Amino acid sequence: MVIYGVALLALCSVLGLLMGEALGYLFGVKSNVGGVGFAMVLLIGMTGWLTNRGWFKPMSASGIVFWSGMYIPIVVAMAAQQNVVGAIKGGPIALLAGAGSVALSFALVPALARLGRAPRAAASNSAPSSKPKEQG
Amino acid sequence: MSDVLYQALLKNGLLIAFAFVGATVGVSYWVSQRFTAGRLHGSAIAVFAGLLLAYAGGVTTGGKNGIADVPALAGIGLLGGSMLRDFAIVATAFGASFADLRRSGLPVVVALFVGILISFLCGAMVAIAFGYRDAVSITTLGAGAVTYIVGPVTGAALGATSEVMALSIAAGLVKAILVMLVTPLVAKRIGLDNPHTAMIFGGTLGTNSGVAAGLAGTDPKLVPYGVMAATFYTGLGCLLAPSVLFFAIRLVFP
Repeated sequence: MVIYGVALLALCSVLGLLMGEALGYLFGVKSNVGGVGFAMVLLIGMTGWLTNRGWFKPMSASGIVFWSGMYIPIVVAMAAQQNVVGAIKGGPIALLAGAGSVALSFALVPALARLGRAPRAAASNSAPSSKPKEQG
Repeated sequence: MSDVLYQALLKNGLLIAFAFVGATVGVSYWVSQRFTAGRLHGSAIAVFAGLLLAYAGGVTTGGKNGIADVPALAGIGLLGGSMLRDFAIVATAFGASFADLRRSGLPVVVALFVGILISFLCGAMVAIAFGYRDAVSITTLGAGAVTYIVGPVTGAALGATSEVMALSIAAGLVKAILVMLVTPLVAKRIGLDNPHTAMIFGGTLGTNSGVAAGLAGTDPKLVPYGVMAATFYTGLGCLLAPSVLFFAIRLVFP
């Protein structure tokens, strides 16, 4: 049934967010730390586990696929409620700080992405003995 | 009569939001096909349309929640609010590869630290360039360039003035909005077409809403990877900015 998928998704989301809140509390941070990430890992793990046992039917999956498909409209709704006027009114300090950080961060992405790739390339080329597991 | 109908509209806010956003997305995909031959992704245009609506809403109502401040469209606030947003984002992980996520683990941690540090320094330098000389204001503005949540959290912890807090939120908003808009345009140039780079991208840019919407306009398949990394960014920023980064700034501006 569709509701099984929706319920599983809700369960994973709530558990993940609670873990994020707990982690934030432990660090003394007024923010959720990694909640959505934990929820995603839970969802991948639990759907995999249930599928292997034949307990997760295509109909249940459709309850998750639907919400995954609603993602873009939800993001559009999120964009439509941003404080765009406030961002523009912030003036040159806000514009420069925001734009500068975006430009620098974008520029760093290719370099940081190579950083992660390098050991794998090296492993296949020159050092076949290095264990791929240790790349984290 | 008209009053009765209006009240009925207000009571069904979420349904109106579905129809309204559906229409926005529909028009955006049409524009994408008709005027850019699909080169600019329909969802990227839809996010841009959303931001334009947010601007229009902010100008007409004077509120902070964009178009959601228009009473008949208040349902947009629920549809795009954090509860359903997180719910849908988690759903995108369904079908993502666990192996891909794990392989990028360590580089993502590096990306998170480097990304927060770079954004913070950029915000702090701008603050210094504009004449701020006290460590609290510089740190708060730097934190704002990390995300619009790290800014006020840091400012509140350090006791920044409300003017600086507002500026730091605005800097974070500029960042989020720019990431939404620019990501689809530069994706090819920075090699953003695979799960690994998407995770590095999420870890470096970090602003959750920006990463989520930017990747949606690039390739929806990459969304879970980018968001997975970005979900740690704000938390880590809230941890680092009022502590280590503040102490570092105070060494230079005692």
